[in-house]
This record gives sequence, structure tokens and C-alpha cells, in this order.
Amino acid sequence: MNTDTLVKSPEVAAEPSRGASSNGRVPQGHRRLLTRRDRLTLGLMAGLPTILHVALVWVTALASIALAFTTWDGIGFDAITWVGFDNFKELFTNNPQFWPAVQHNIIWFVALILIPTPLGLLLAVQLDKQIRFSRVYQTAFFLPVVMSLAVIGFVWQLIYNPDTGLINSLIGANEPGHYIDWIGDPDLNLWAILIAASWRHAGYMMILYLAGLKGVDPSLREASALDGANEWQTFKNVIFPTLRPTNTVVLVVTIIEALRAFDLVFVFNKGAEGTELLSILVTNNIIGESSRIGYGSAIAVVLLVISLAVIIPYLIATFRKERQA
Amino acid sequence: MSTLDTTTTTAASAPATQRTPVRPARILLHLFLAGAALAWLAPLLWALYAAMRPYGETSDKGYVSWPDKLSFENFTNAFTQSEMTHYFVNTLIIAVPAVLLTLFLSSMVAFYVSRFDFRINLFLLLVFTAGNLLPQQVIITPLYRLYLLIDIPGITMSGKLYDSALGLVLIHVAFQSGFCAFVLSNYMRSLPHELTEAALVDGASVWRLYWQIVLPLCKPAMAALATLLSIWIYNDFFWALVLISTGENMPITSALNNLSGQYFTDPNLVAAGALLTAIPTLIVYFALQRQFVSGLTLGANKG
Repeated sequence: MNTDTLVKSPEVAAEPSRGASSNGRVPQGHRRLLTRRDRLTLGLMAGLPTILHVALVWVTALASIALAFTTWDGIGFDAITWVGFDNFKELFTNNPQFWPAVQHNIIWFVALILIPTPLGLLLAVQLDKQIRFSRVYQTAFFLPVVMSLAVIGFVWQLIYNPDTGLINSLIGANEPGHYIDWIGDPDLNLWAILIAASWRHAGYMMILYLAGLKGVDPSLREASALDGANEWQTFKNVIFPTLRPTNTVVLVVTIIEALRAFDLVFVFNKGAEGTELLSILVTNNIIGESSRIGYGSAIAVVLLVISLAVIIPYLIATFRKERQA
Repeated sequence: MSTLDTTTTTAASAPATQRTPVRPARILLHLFLAGAALAWLAPLLWALYAAMRPYGETSDKGYVSWPDKLSFENFTNAFTQSEMTHYFVNTLIIAVPAVLLTLFLSSMVAFYVSRFDFRINLFLLLVFTAGNLLPQQVIITPLYRLYLLIDIPGITMSGKLYDSALGLVLIHVAFQSGFCAFVLSNYMRSLPHELTEAALVDGASVWRLYWQIVLPLCKPAMAALATLLSIWIYNDFFWALVLISTGENMPITSALNNLSGQYFTDPNLVAAGALLTAIPTLIVYFALQRQFVSGLTLGANKG
């Protein structure tokens, strides 16, 4: 049967049927319709994917928490010894990389929310004006989002390379005496990478805001124009307030991106001094020379706690809103 | 005179689709957008320019210089010398099963939580969605150990889940099914519930309901998610970096890291290799632009 006529596009179909209190589900009373075989089928349908997901994602997350309180070299289970909070103590007081990493993760988030996010919003508002070539512009801004972060790392190395890179070749900073090391200098390299990260993030934010702007009721704009508001007033007082749900998503996405940042930094300079991140420290404990599993897990737990502090409230709020819809 | 009346009333609310006459403001806007778009493409164009020049020439004249000759030689060299075909195949072996399996499993979960009123639904969906939002590094240490523990004789060289395509497929499926279950459950919830009810009353089995009624209606969402997943899994760098040890078994994006280590003396060749790696994602994106963007926004806001 051809269903294309029924469902034109994901955007149309994804509109939840408001007012339908049952939300398109089979109400409780109809459970009697399910035979025993149906129940078994349903159990398997939900059970198998859940087992895979929980085993590989949540059990491992819990194992990270458990291992964080032990010391283990990975050889044999009987070598695991309980050490209480020792790993955390050492991490917070004695690890020269830990606090810089936390600081860099925070800087990463602040930089992304201050520069590429408003830029993405600006681009989205301009591109939303039904202008010619809108598609072409959008593609240019969105291209970096489609590409792998590892590839982006290589592309920006060609720009920042102190000897052969574009910037130093242009400003003549590849000569001894006035040599600028964008990749190795701990005062510079984080900002250099953040420019590359922002370059990618702006396009991502632009797409999210464009989708949000699509949902703004055109009659609001018309009313605002009739009232004689100029473009800026319309945006500030009419459009922006209606983008609140989008802003929430943007905020959460940006926090998650800042916590996840890894590929770009790893390709760029392996997370050397100046660009340490929590994700890099965890990974170094596995593929690096030291294999301190308990210690690496303690860093992962810090990352987990910060992430869940953002994820759980956000999801609960989201689902609650859906229930009310 | 009625025509006059209609024109005056419609003028106030001119349709948005009507082309506005060219105004200075419009020209400025186009200048701004074109300038910004060019600035955004500049890094990629620079990489392309570097990749099209022989290394000898750039080391003589410097990178900021007029080219003596432009060619695709670096591209062919990178492609043949680093056996890129082999790594592309590796990626396919991982990505194709991972995408299909993710869609299959997550659509079953979505069906369960969206079409029936079980008490566990909300919690189940929360678990899946939250799992997908965790940073990968939170789970990598135990996962790496787990993969070293699990023996799967006969399938892989190592005899373990570690360093195997199967291991990567499993973690991709486990991780990505969170996002897909969330998007698909929203999508399925919007389907009219008379569909399911009528079929249930007629005595259709639950499996039939899912396979023959609900799933075909989800085609647009599935296409969007398939596009998104293909690009994400192709672009994955981290899982393969940690969970694959033999260079031979690496998917293309992680193999690029080895390529750069091997040819670090020739940045032009590395640039060509990086751009070659990006080509398949760009092809998928240009071919399925609408699906990709709608997939992204489906996850972010519904409708």
C-alpha cells in the first residue's frame, strides 16, 4: 500500500496530534486484546534492544563508577583492590592535568555558546527571509557539520601549521625570531582549536534555529509589521520569545558537545599541554602508556556526573511536557 | 468596483512567497551572506589547493604562492599508496549492518513505548535517550576491558570482541539506538491510534501490527535516520581508535590517523587523503540533504 500520500514529510508527520488525550496509544482497557503470544512478542521486541543497550551503555557506566574506587592494572580480576576515595583524592589534589582539563571543558562550552551559537542564530534569521540562493548559503555553512571531526582536524592543521600553514605563511610568522606556534604553544592552541570547533558548531546551530523559525506563526510577524515594528523590534519582542524551546535544545546540545569534545583535539595535537580535556585524560589512561584503570574511571565518573546533571533534568522536563500535550 | 476592494484588502497581507523588489538592504544582505559563505568554505578550499600541488613545489616556493601545476596526483597517490579501498570496505562492513540493526531494534522499542500504555514506557524511553547523550569516554574504560574478556572464536583474527568489526557494530547499535528510539517513538505517537486499535480488534498479531502497519508508515522518518546514522557511523573516530588495535582492521576515518603518521613529511598528500575520506559523506549529504536535515531537527524539536 502506498503511504506516501498520507505522510508527506517527517516535519508534517512529526507534529503531535494535540488534543488527542490518548496520544494515539491503545488505552489500558484494550490490554485484554493482547494474547499471551502477543505479550511474549512485545516482551522480546522491547527486551532484546534494551538488553543490548543497557549492557553496553549503562552497565559499563556503572562499572566505571565501581572501578573508580579500586586500583587495577587490568591483569586478572583478583588484582582489583578497593581503595575508597584515593583515586579522587589524587585526581583533585595531585594531578597537574585535571583542573586544567576541567577549565578547558568549561571554556569550550562558554566559547561555543558565546560565539558560534549567536552567529548560527543570526544566519538562520537572515536565511529565513525567503531570499534567493538560500540553499547555496545554507550548504556552505552546513558542510563542516557533515564532515568528520577528524577530517576537520587535518584541514585546520594545514591552516595552523607553524612552518607551512596558511596563517604563518601569510603573516610571515614562520621565520625564527617571530615564530608563532599555533599548535604547540599552550597559551594559543586552545583558542586555535576553538576557532575550528566554532566553525563547525555555527552551522549546526543554524540548522536547529532554522527549524525553530519554521515553527513561528507567520501571523505573528504580520501583526508585528502592521504595528509598525522594525525588523530588530520584531525579532526581539516577537520571534525570539517563541524560540524558547529551540534555545533549550541548543543549550543542551552545546553542553553535550563541550563534554564530548575529543576527535578534533586528538587529531590536532593529541591533547598536549594547553588543550587537555577530560575526554582526553580518560582515553590516555587506556591507549596511553599508563594503564591505570581505576584512575581513568575516576575521571570518567567526573564526566558522568556533570553529564547526568544536565541530561536528566532536561529529559524529565521534555517528557513531562509531552505527557501534558 | 469590487476588484478594487479586493486589491486593497490583500495588499496589507501580501503573500510571503512574492519576490520583493531589489532594495539596497537586500543587496547588503546578499553581500554579507556570500562573504560569510566564502569565509566558511575557505579552509576547505585551502586544503583542496594544497592537495592539488606537488610537495616539491610548495616546499620550494612556500604554500602561499601561484601554482606551477595543479593536478590530482596527490589524490591518486594517497588512494593507492594507503590502500584506501581496503579501508572503505572496512567501513562498509561496519556501517551497513550497524545502520540496519539500529533501525530495526530502535523501531521495535519505539513501537512498544508509543503504541501501548505500559507503566514502564516512560522510564524505558528515558534510559534509551539518556544513554545516547552520555559522552563516549564515560563508558570506554570498562567497555575496552569487556571487549578484551569476551571470546568469539572463528569470527575475528584476535578471537575476541576487541579488534573486531562485530565489536564496533555492537557499540554503534547500542549507542545510537537511544537517539533513534526517541525520534521514532515521537513519530509513531503521531500516527492515528484507530489504526492499531482496529487491527487489534480484528485479531491481528502484535508483530503484524508492527511489521505491516506501523513500520511502512514510518518510512520518511526511517529514511531520515538512516541518512544521519550512515554519516555518523562513517565519521566515527573514537570507537575505532580505542577498540581496534590492528591498523588493517580500521575503518577509514580512524585509518586516516595512521596515514598522517606514515606520511607526515608530505602534508599535501595527507590533505588529499583527508579530503578523499570526506567525499563519501559529502555525496550522501548532497544526495539526501532533506533527509539529513530533517533527521537532525526531528531529534531536536518535533515538527
